[in-house]
Amino acid sequence: MTFHSFLIKYAEIGLKGKNRYLFEDALVRQMEFALAKVEGQFKVRKEQGRIYVDCLSEYDYDETVEALQRVFGIAGICPVVVLEDEGFEKLGQDIVKYLRDLYGEFDKSFKVHARRGRKNYPMTSMELNAELGGVILNAFAACHVDVHEPQVLLCVEIREKIYVYSETIPGPGGMPVGTNGKAMLLLSGGIDSPVAGYMISKRGVQIDAVYFHAPPYTSERAKQKVVDLAKLVAKYSGPIRLHVVNFTDIQLYIYEKCPHDELTIIMRRYMMKIAEHFAKENNCLGLITGESIGQVASQTMHSLAATNEVCTLPVYRPVIGFDKQDIVDIALKINTYETSILPFEDCCTIFVAKHPVTKPNIKVIKRSETHLEEKIDQLMEEAISTTEIINIE
Amino acid sequence: MEAYLDNSATTRCYKEVADLVYQVMLEDYGNPSSMHQKGVEAENYVKDAKEHIAKTLKVNEKEILFTSGGTESNNLALIGGAMANRRAGNRIITTAVEHPAVSAPMQFLKEQGFDLVILPVDGQGVVKMEALKEALTPETILVSTMYVNNEIGAVEPVEEIAKLVHENCPKALYHVDAIQAFGKYRIFPKKAGIDLLSVSGHKIHGPKGVGFLYINEKARIIPQILGGGQQNGMRSGTDNVPGIAGLGLAAKMSYEQFEEKISHMYELKKQLVEGLKKMDGVIVNGMPVMEGAPHIVSASFLGVRSEVLLHTLEDRGIYVSAGSACSTHKRAGSPTLTALGMKKSQMETTVRFSFEEENTKEQIDYCLQVLQEVLPMLKKFTRH
Repeated sequence: MTFHSFLIKYAEIGLKGKNRYLFEDALVRQMEFALAKVEGQFKVRKEQGRIYVDCLSEYDYDETVEALQRVFGIAGICPVVVLEDEGFEKLGQDIVKYLRDLYGEFDKSFKVHARRGRKNYPMTSMELNAELGGVILNAFAACHVDVHEPQVLLCVEIREKIYVYSETIPGPGGMPVGTNGKAMLLLSGGIDSPVAGYMISKRGVQIDAVYFHAPPYTSERAKQKVVDLAKLVAKYSGPIRLHVVNFTDIQLYIYEKCPHDELTIIMRRYMMKIAEHFAKENNCLGLITGESIGQVASQTMHSLAATNEVCTLPVYRPVIGFDKQDIVDIALKINTYETSILPFEDCCTIFVAKHPVTKPNIKVIKRSETHLEEKIDQLMEEAISTTEIINIE
Repeated sequence: MEAYLDNSATTRCYKEVADLVYQVMLEDYGNPSSMHQKGVEAENYVKDAKEHIAKTLKVNEKEILFTSGGTESNNLALIGGAMANRRAGNRIITTAVEHPAVSAPMQFLKEQGFDLVILPVDGQGVVKMEALKEALTPETILVSTMYVNNEIGAVEPVEEIAKLVHENCPKALYHVDAIQAFGKYRIFPKKAGIDLLSVSGHKIHGPKGVGFLYINEKARIIPQILGGGQQNGMRSGTDNVPGIAGLGLAAKMSYEQFEEKISHMYELKKQLVEGLKKMDGVIVNGMPVMEGAPHIVSASFLGVRSEVLLHTLEDRGIYVSAGSACSTHKRAGSPTLTALGMKKSQMETTVRFSFEEENTKEQIDYCLQVLQEVLPMLKKFTRH
């Protein structure tokens, strides 16, 4: 069956008040962006408090639905068949054909839900419900009407043309990206950070990212892996500006001057500082990390407090209370898992001590950091000024 | 300066080979199976290639079978050879230092019910002949060893092995993986007693995706790729004419000015090994310089992880390999180095340098100089 149009149902946006149009416009924008990559011509339009995608040319149904399923803000996607108004008898025939095409020998409980956008149609909505119900009952012996909990809710909307739909494909939910400011994601290459980016983006937040590269200790392939992950997240979040920071000199300097078991914590504090620099430069309102309490030494409550202490912007940690398996489940769903588990070393693990501190004391850490005073500002500046920016579409 | 010292991973195509491939793709692009003139032209390229290769090995042209490369040649020889001779016996034998393109099909055969014996090697990577003698039972139908080991350049005594195999097990086939040896040694399978011999194109300045298997006319193997019956039904699929033409020319060119090229590579090897031996904490692995392969040097840089050294050298335009280039996807230690009795801590620091005829003394000097410069820095920063 060919569907000519998709009716988009949206979730929380419907609850918004006077600025609802802002959310709707953002949703239209994001849908247009997602559909631009799909073969075929589409028109996204707002009409009477609904959003439609009209398919103006031949198109690939699966690819189109998949693209729409990645647009945050969409609660459901209804494939619609558009019919010409050629009188009631023809409408009845078309609807029987529609049901046969979709369900075969139609044997479910159903309810017809007719609405008239065009009030001069010769029948009222109630009459349409009753008459169409009769036509369907006559056509299929095994079906029956259930107005309270129908298995199939057949919607028939009379406008210039007649819109028929009965299926809703679930969308991702959330809010359209771009309705809630921007945040800077610390993207490592592991399983957690892409998931964290996805989750925050789902609430309508635009994402930029920063990655810490440590050549020659981390390879070009490790960097490529992060670029690939950013591309996967961008399928949901839209374009990402990825900042690739060369962190080697800072890391080696810390290694030389500070106690080894504090290396990871101190390193992460400087990563946060650099990430915050780029966040502010790009008008981001917060940082995002994939930290989860207790997962590793640097993510104990004490360690999180120690790294958090250097930040002035809020740090969002959407997977903070998740078990690893919960995070893996989302990574599998958004298709980042396979890439995340490629075995390239990232900069957090190359010099990790056998027994890193798990309960760092901020005072002690700060004392250790005084050993860095001589060169650290200069190294930070160098790292920032040599940062490579990759625009991920 | 740039120094590509990873020629055991792959080589650059000879210019003449690339030109020929280009010409076959654009002009003489026919299918050798076609009956018209275009087909005949294409067939001639395949014939020429066979002729070149047969000449270098002193074998019959019809004993050469083209494949998609070394891995396919090995798979066909081992699986096809074992299947064809399973009525004669059940034992198959290989060594502990084989490339995965041999060890994986051997493991597959084991899972199919064959009795697989894996021979140990000495500290230099040479197979223990005593162990081979013991393993050769009347049940033995297939023996496979390398000629030159890809990771440390050890040279196996293939003629001795062949003699032992044929004396003890007249029914057994002897397969040699010569992927790192062809073009570096003069190999005459008939004289040496080799029944099956695998060679890859891209290791000898030929194209990737093409190779051949020498099959002694008396050896019987069962084809593994079925279809249109090309190459006498032994390997179906339209002939890769550009690749085959390129392979033929590369094989021929590999043996031109052969002695000069080999002695040049030994010069480079000597120079590199001598330089390395002067450095602290560097161990050169494998056989003495002149006994091992001319183009492979394996060295361990204690305290420096090979991956880090590799990327550091890469920054200076020097390309080497950490262990074996085919194994970047695995974290486990190399089975070859493990078989030599190497500790994991040393294995993790092992780097392979591999040459070709066009490498220069200056490149080796440069490489040694860079190593001297970066090693102290890299040793300072290590994981505790």
